[in-house]
Amino acid sequence: MVTLKELQVEELYGPGHRMCAGCGAAVTARMTLKSVKRPAIIVNATGCMEVASTIYPYTAWSVPWVHSLFENASAVASGIEAYLKSKEGGKINEDIIVFGGDGGTFDIGLQALSGALERKHDFVYVCYDNEAYMNTGIQRSSATPEGAWTTTTPVRSHSPGKTGLKKDLVAIALAHHVDYVATACTAYWNDFITKIQKATAVEGPALIHALAPCPLGWRFKTEQTIQMGRMAVQTRYFPLYEVEKGKYKMNVNPHQESLDNFLKMQGRFKHLFQPENASELNLLKSQIEQRWLALQDLCQGKHPTWS
Amino acid sequence: MLEKIQLTPMSGSEAVAKSVIQSNVDFVSAYPITPQTIIVERISDLVGEGDTKTTFVNVESEHSAISACVGASLAGARSFTATSSQGLALMHEVLYLTSGLRVPLVMAVANRALSAPINIHGDHSDMMGSRDSGWIQYYVENAQEAYDWVMQAFRVAEDDRVMLPFTVNMDGYVITHSVEPITLIDQTTVDKFVPPRQAKTRLDANSPMTFGTLTLPDYYSEFKRQQEEAMRNVPAVFDQVTDEFAKLIGRGYKNLVPFELDGAKVIVVSLGSASGTIRYVARGLRSKGLPVGSLRVGLFRPFPSEEFAKLVANADVVVVLERAMSLGSKCGPLASEIVNSLYDRPSQPKILDVIAGLGGRDLAPEAIEKLFKTGLEAASNRSGLEMEFLGVRE
Amino acid sequence: MKKPGWRELPIGGIITQPGTAKQFQTGDWRTRKPVLNEPKCTGCLFCWIWCPEPAIKRGSGKAVSFDLHYCKGCGICAVECPVHAITMVEEK
Repeated sequence: MVTLKELQVEELYGPGHRMCAGCGAAVTARMTLKSVKRPAIIVNATGCMEVASTIYPYTAWSVPWVHSLFENASAVASGIEAYLKSKEGGKINEDIIVFGGDGGTFDIGLQALSGALERKHDFVYVCYDNEAYMNTGIQRSSATPEGAWTTTTPVRSHSPGKTGLKKDLVAIALAHHVDYVATACTAYWNDFITKIQKATAVEGPALIHALAPCPLGWRFKTEQTIQMGRMAVQTRYFPLYEVEKGKYKMNVNPHQESLDNFLKMQGRFKHLFQPENASELNLLKSQIEQRWLALQDLCQGKHPTWS
Repeated sequence: MLEKIQLTPMSGSEAVAKSVIQSNVDFVSAYPITPQTIIVERISDLVGEGDTKTTFVNVESEHSAISACVGASLAGARSFTATSSQGLALMHEVLYLTSGLRVPLVMAVANRALSAPINIHGDHSDMMGSRDSGWIQYYVENAQEAYDWVMQAFRVAEDDRVMLPFTVNMDGYVITHSVEPITLIDQTTVDKFVPPRQAKTRLDANSPMTFGTLTLPDYYSEFKRQQEEAMRNVPAVFDQVTDEFAKLIGRGYKNLVPFELDGAKVIVVSLGSASGTIRYVARGLRSKGLPVGSLRVGLFRPFPSEEFAKLVANADVVVVLERAMSLGSKCGPLASEIVNSLYDRPSQPKILDVIAGLGGRDLAPEAIEKLFKTGLEAASNRSGLEMEFLGVRE
Repeated sequence: MKKPGWRELPIGGIITQPGTAKQFQTGDWRTRKPVLNEPKCTGCLFCWIWCPEPAIKRGSGKAVSFDLHYCKGCGICAVECPVHAITMVEEK
């Protein structure tokens, strides 16, 4: 259990950055830095978080921070980690944290992430997932959910929004035998902070898949960001669970709030409520349901049913 | 009494690996590609034997290899990587990034042809494809030079007036795989010449800095101008470092290597290992009274334009042995630099750009002799700048 | 104000000091500002942890205060405050 009062007052991710008003990713970055106990070194992939926080000569960061390219954040982090580890006698004293958006993680950055996880570098990968390439203007990524409108999966007569399942990042990380993988959302701050602390304590890689609601990209009001996160969890749209050494645990048991209400609050899903898109809406719902059931199986130590 | 010299038989790759370990390199990350593989294998052998301080990380692609080196370097390490051809091409965006971030990496490039078609043998197309990336580029002639240049490259790259990354280019197979007698340098002397790196600007929790910022149109150009200035500082630093190396170790290096240029009417210009064959042929032709000479370019970036122009000023014809193409241009990349160098001269030699030796095609003395002969004829029957292919079957 | 030239700037686009974004005041982005009903504030710090900027300061006493130099007026604090101690007020 963590209390807010015990968190450090000093702002290591400071004001003056140019993330949108109400940005879920900004809350994620700030909360991550509030959670770490040792000096942090940040490696940031190209994307919203990097671009909006380091417009020369202004930097929002009061920790050592490096951005190089879009797909290589994990590789850059590998180099930093391996060198500092050798310099500091085999065990690094810093918390190396890689921030990547869903685009830079699920898609273009997947290779480098895979390599870094496989080599067991001591770092924490925090994917802030706003479910599209938001920085370049809301294009679809492989983390965009079924049916969502994006600029490259528009809603037109021959295009019902994005089609296809969202990649399972947690499963991908687990395929690399990573000791600690978890989903998180800043709306559940206690869970989030605890998970960052657990992840940084692991000697080796850890991955946090954090949902970062985006007012501009999902089309909701700026004051609803935390509410969106909460509802995403409560509707089972984004279950909060962790996997420690292969053992699954559901961290928050949702009240199962209405998924329809949640989807209706977002402009990107509005079209799903037209009668002609009913099958797409049902497809999204059945995917959410299926994944929930599979997770239930996994949490009970059973092999998941998947059809 | 004869002085005893210790010679060690080593291939160019082994020599580079040895030099890396000796040069107090903290971090190496690489991905295998023919014909660079032996460099990486030998480094991991030497690291595995245990008495080095070098950390070696195997990665999953060249893009990640150089990225890991950038990370380590920003954390304060002296870093090294090696690649060839497709690997270098894959690194392309990272090359610009490395130079732009002013990271003093050293990379050995085992020059090999670029696909397609796929070809694993030596030519210069890989490095030429990235020649504008902001890296210092030196082409060595043999394994001894490769050994010596890794050390000197770190000194030039890490100089405060430079802070640019450096490629040591070596012809694939010809230099990487041929075994030559190498004079190694004792560790005490190496330590004196290239002591461990002390990076001031780095990722340090005690002094947090932000690397890799976004610059808008109001700032970008100023940082590019800084890179230009750094490149302009290279010649002076190059001279200082090579002078120091010569004093300590006894082997001196220059940016350009002239041979029999006095009274030469035809000069063959080249990069890399073919230069040796060219000198051999030139010597033979000179002994027959033909007014020929050769000029090897060692330092390609920054190109020593003024010195080059002076050296070839009195020739009638410059024949360029070009092992790369610049498709769509009137001539290849090396010849382009030569044209640039000669532009303001009131009188200029004719330039005959000969595309040869692509994809590892052998450059035997007979072929080189043809270059000189064509050059001798060209004085009377060719126009100012021409490009042709040597030995390509019709 | 004249921007620095290439000779003065540190090389490579590197920012050598931490947190210089504080010099860029994003407060002029907003069209509405948060107003705190101080007696109601329980000091739970929910608004503080969820503010994306951050534009909320922890006080020595119980109540928080807003830093209007940076507040973008998103309204998260007002919506999340469990005792409804914050109201968003339109600015002219």
